Amino acid sequence: MSADDADVVSDPDIRQTPAVKATGERTDTLLQTDGLVKQFGGFTAADSVDFAVEEGELRCLIGPNGAGKSTLLKLITGKHAPTEGSIYYDGTDITDFEPQDRVKRGISMKFQVPSVYNDLSVRENVRLPVQRFATGEERARRIHEAIVAAGLEGYEDVPASSLSHGQQQQLEIGMAAALDPDLLLLDEPVAGLSVEERQGIADRITRLNEEAGIAFVVIEHDTDFVAGIADEVTVLHQGDVFREGPIEEIESDPAVQKIYLGGEGE
Amino acid sequence: MATETTADGRAGPVGRIRARLEGPNTVGNSRRFWAAFAVGVLGLVVYPAIGDAGDLSLFLVLALLGLSLSVVWGYAGVLSFGQVVFFGVGGYTFGVVSINHATPSGITAALVLGVVGGALVAALMGYFMFYGGVRNVYVTIITLVSTMVMHTFMAQTAGSEWTIGDAALGGFNGMPAIPLLAVGIDEVFTIQLVRNTVELQAPVVGLVEFDLFYYFIVGVLVLTYLGLRALVNSDYGRVMVAIREDEDRTRMFGYDVKRVKLVVFTVGGALAGLSGVLYASRNIFIDPQVFGLTFATLPVIWVSVGGRKSLLGAVVATIGIEYLRVSIEGEWALVVLGVLLLAFILALPGGIVPWIDGQLDQQRGEAPESRPDAPDAPAEVTDS
Repeated sequence: MSADDADVVSDPDIRQTPAVKATGERTDTLLQTDGLVKQFGGFTAADSVDFAVEEGELRCLIGPNGAGKSTLLKLITGKHAPTEGSIYYDGTDITDFEPQDRVKRGISMKFQVPSVYNDLSVRENVRLPVQRFATGEERARRIHEAIVAAGLEGYEDVPASSLSHGQQQQLEIGMAAALDPDLLLLDEPVAGLSVEERQGIADRITRLNEEAGIAFVVIEHDTDFVAGIADEVTVLHQGDVFREGPIEEIESDPAVQKIYLGGEGE
Repeated sequence: MATETTADGRAGPVGRIRARLEGPNTVGNSRRFWAAFAVGVLGLVVYPAIGDAGDLSLFLVLALLGLSLSVVWGYAGVLSFGQVVFFGVGGYTFGVVSINHATPSGITAALVLGVVGGALVAALMGYFMFYGGVRNVYVTIITLVSTMVMHTFMAQTAGSEWTIGDAALGGFNGMPAIPLLAVGIDEVFTIQLVRNTVELQAPVVGLVEFDLFYYFIVGVLVLTYLGLRALVNSDYGRVMVAIREDEDRTRMFGYDVKRVKLVVFTVGGALAGLSGVLYASRNIFIDPQVFGLTFATLPVIWVSVGGRKSLLGAVVATIGIEYLRVSIEGEWALVVLGVLLLAFILALPGGIVPWIDGQLDQQRGEAPESRPDAPDAPAEVTDS
């Protein structure tokens, strides 16, 4: 298995990222979706979504159940192919890229349900993403760094099945970050965790964002958690972007409050 | 105990070889295991002096088929009923080519082509399945149907129109008179392996007879087992196991899941093809029963009983169950096998070899998961 970037499908007709969204004063757009539509039979899970993430940004994605948050993430990772629309990453149209080729370009993901390898130790879990691109001393160093980033020092040889739910979430974030991504997608990283565990995860996300410069898209329902970490928030509703802005504005927006309480919004 | 873990004691060539053969994906990562392994191989070597090497050579040939399923199903998570398709294609290819070119060179080419044939058919099927998005139980159904298609097809090849060169496929009568397996290059060096007994005068025991085919099979099986151990404990093997456990997670580490599955399926096909070639060589005969439902089910039973996540389990259970099968008269053998399969699925779903391994660990007072117990053992993750 050649793990280098040589076999990444390169589009001979690489289109440039379309103009950054109208309100965007920043220009370093890392990810941009352009009119993204995903239909499952008659149900439209993503309805012409224009969504952008700047380099090094920490953006939270909120919205009521069924708003299309997980679908949007799965479209970005390539798990689902869009019915219409395009996805640009770092200036390249990646809409038709296989998931593994998107990963090699710098997109990484933590799944909603902790997806760790229960039979393997923490160290062997972290080894899996790292061994694709690092050998020898560098491999050992990166594995160690990922374990530190996950806050699991001292647990190196413990099987993942023996970790608590919170530690498994930490481990998976560590594994996703071990790929050295530019964009890390987290699907509900603190679901089912205690207040202390939530704070621990929040600290780790903030540190990875500030120290490693990784851009984040975090799906989360808990507005306190969101307020603690996010620069910007995007609200999805009925498969489309409903509001974007700082968390304080979003929280106090009556239309947002209304959709969370089951209304139709505006 | 510290000297028996994989993480240390790696000095010297023996240590380096052990580092390649040991890891989380195989049982037996200790000196004790390798001592027992050596005794086992020695047992196989001296067995012809006390028992019937003829039957055992058949079981050892079939153990290769068991190993092919263990790799594909046990390690990559693809439950295939189609290993016998690749087995049969290997056997028939060997028969057709060797009958048409019955010289040692021709027969050697037939051996190679049989293996390639098994691999090619597996690659073709695997390509359409894995790149066509077929997963899980649907792979099982497609492979099962493919064995039935092959059985039906080969059964109707009795007519003279089904002749390839001098080789008649023969329908249900099968293909008799397959040349005796010999390897080498004509007029340079050749050695006949089947029905060739070598006599040696030994100092203490007197005249000793060696059935070359039996020792050839023992060698092939031991090398295959060790090679597969190295494979499943390598970086690539770890990715195979990761795919078995969670395809989506593994894909999001940047691995090409479809390609890995295709490669493993093809390797499994080659191995099954080799088993088929040796089966046809040993019996000097092959017929469509190798594509039958009963035979297609056997590898699944061997691997389930032995422990599908254990290469050793596949070998041990193949030999044990086949011994049982030829010892029991008539159709009762199938009843016993069915009961055995059900009993293992209900009581010991992990299979017998991993269970024994767990029991031995407990006896030594080790929790099974405490294996790599040196906290400062970066060698564990930096090998290979």
